Amino acid sequence: MVQKNKSKSTLPEKQVVLPFVKSIEIAIKSIRSRIFRTLITTMSLILAISFYSYIKTNSHIITGIFFSGDKIAIQTLSHQGYELPDEGEAYTTTPKERWILFLSLLVCVVGIVNTQLMAVSDRFREIGTMKCLGALDRFILRLFLIEATLQGLIGSAIGALAGAVISMTGSLIKFGTMAFVFVNLNDIVISIAASVFLGCFLSIVGVLYPALLAARMRPVEAMRGRD
Amino acid sequence: MTTATNIVRISKVIKDFKLSKTIVHVLKGVDLEIKTGEYISIMGPSGSGKTTLFNMIGGLDKPTSGSVFIDEIDISQLDAYELAWLRCRKIGYIFQTFNIIQVMTALENVTLPMIFAGVSDDEAREKGMDLLDIVGLKKRFQHKPFELSGGQQQRVAVARALANDPAIILADEPTGNLDLTTGDEIIKLLKMLSREKGVTIISATHDLKMLNVSDRVIWISDGRIEKIENRDELSISLGQIGEKWE
Ligand SMILES: Nc1ncnc2c1ncn2[C@@H]1O[C@H](COP(=O)(O)OP(=O)(O)OP(=O)(O)O)[C@@H](O)[C@H]1O
Ligand SMILES: [Mg+2]
Repeated sequence: MVQKNKSKSTLPEKQVVLPFVKSIEIAIKSIRSRIFRTLITTMSLILAISFYSYIKTNSHIITGIFFSGDKIAIQTLSHQGYELPDEGEAYTTTPKERWILFLSLLVCVVGIVNTQLMAVSDRFREIGTMKCLGALDRFILRLFLIEATLQGLIGSAIGALAGAVISMTGSLIKFGTMAFVFVNLNDIVISIAASVFLGCFLSIVGVLYPALLAARMRPVEAMRGRD
Repeated sequence: MTTATNIVRISKVIKDFKLSKTIVHVLKGVDLEIKTGEYISIMGPSGSGKTTLFNMIGGLDKPTSGSVFIDEIDISQLDAYELAWLRCRKIGYIFQTFNIIQVMTALENVTLPMIFAGVSDDEAREKGMDLLDIVGLKKRFQHKPFELSGGQQQRVAVARALANDPAIILADEPTGNLDLTTGDEIIKLLKMLSREKGVTIISATHDLKMLNVSDRVIWISDGRIEKIENRDELSISLGQIGEKWE
C-alpha cells in the first residue's frame, strides 16, 4: 500500500508525461476512427508515390534491357520511342518525366497540407480538451507527426507496390519475358524502399505546419470553438 | 492543517479583449477568496463574464492585469510545464458542452489525465473503473461518446475531472445542456464529492437548484462582483428569484 502512494511522488516535480507507446496508441485510435478522412489524405500520397515508383521501376527495366546488348530487344526499345543513352550509361528518366514527377509530388504535398489543416480545425475541441487535461504543446505535435508517419508508411507502401507492379506488367506486355531476364531485382527493391521513404517524408512535410498550428493553439481558443 | 486556507485568491483581475479596433472590458476588477473545501456557485446573466473568470482561475487564459493565486502561488509566474501540471493535477474541468474526446471510449477519456500524470496503465485502468462506478457508468466503460446520452457524457466528464484527485473542480454550467433530472444527478454528484472528498467546487450556473447545495453564491454582473451571499442568507433572495422566475 505504501507503494501505491509512492508511485505518484516518484515522478519528477511538476512534470506531465505522455509515453511514446501511448502516443502511438492514441494516434492509431485516432486514425481508425477517422478512417474516411485518412483515406482521402492518403489517396493523393498513394497516387503520387505510385507514379514515382512506376517511373523508377520502368527505368530500371529499360536499363536492364539496354545493358543486355540483345539487339532485338534494343530495337524494340527504340521502336517504343525511348531515347537510348550512350553506350555504357544507365537509362535515366527524361527531363519531361522528371518535371511531371516533381509537379505530382508538389500537388500531393499541397493536398496533404490542405486536408491536414481541415483535420486540425475539425479537432480544435479535442486538442483544447487535451490541453485542459494537461497536455503539453509537444504532446499534440507528436500525435500529429506519428499519425502522419503511419499514414505515410501505409499510403506510400501501397503506392510503391502498385507503381512497381503496374510498371512490370506493362513491360511484360511490351517486351515479353525479356523484361525480367536482364533487370536487376535489387534495384527494383531499392526503388520501392526509396518510394516508401519519400512518401513518409512528404507526409511529414505536409503535416508540419498544420501540426504546429494545433500544438501552439491556446486551450481557450480551442474551447471556444471556431464555427 | 486545521484552519481553512485560501485555495484560490483572485486579486484585482481585469480582462479586456481586443476586437479589431474596439476593446471589450469583460472583467472590471474582480477580488475573491475561496477557501479549501468550499462549494461556490457563480451566478450571473449571460455575458457577465463567468466563463472568462473561470478561464483565469483554471489557468486557461491570462488576466490583462491583476493576479490569480492557487495555493498562494501566482499562476502567471508559472512556466508552460508547471501550468500543464496545474491543469493536470490540481484542477478538474467540467464544461457545459461536455468536451469528451470523441475518438476515445469512456474509460480512455477518464484515464487520459492519469497517463499525463505518469500513472501506470494498470493503476489508471483500475482507478478509471472505480471513478466510472462512482458516476454510475461502470458497465459503459467501452462505449464511445456518441453511444452515450448527454447526461452520461457529462458524468464521464465528472469522472475524468476527478482522475488525478484535483483540489479544485471548475464546472462551467455543468447542467446547462441537461434535462432537469440528469442535471440534478450531476449536482448531487458534485455535492457528494465536496462533502466526502473535501474537493473545492467552483461552479457557474443558471440553475437555482445548484444554489441550495452551495456554501456561498457569488453574483456577478457586467464584469464585477455584485454581492456574495452565504448559504444562510440565501433563502431570502431565492424566494425573490423564485417570484421573478415564476
Ligand atoms: N475571446 C473573446 N474575444 C472577444 N470577446 C470575448 C471573448 N471571450 C469572451 N468575450 C466577451 O466577454 C463577455 C463575457 O463572456 P463570457 O463567456 O465570460 O460570459 P458568460 O458569463 O460565461 O456568459 P454565458 O452565461 O452565456 O456563458 C461577452 O460579452 C463575450 O462576448
Ligand atoms: Mg459561459
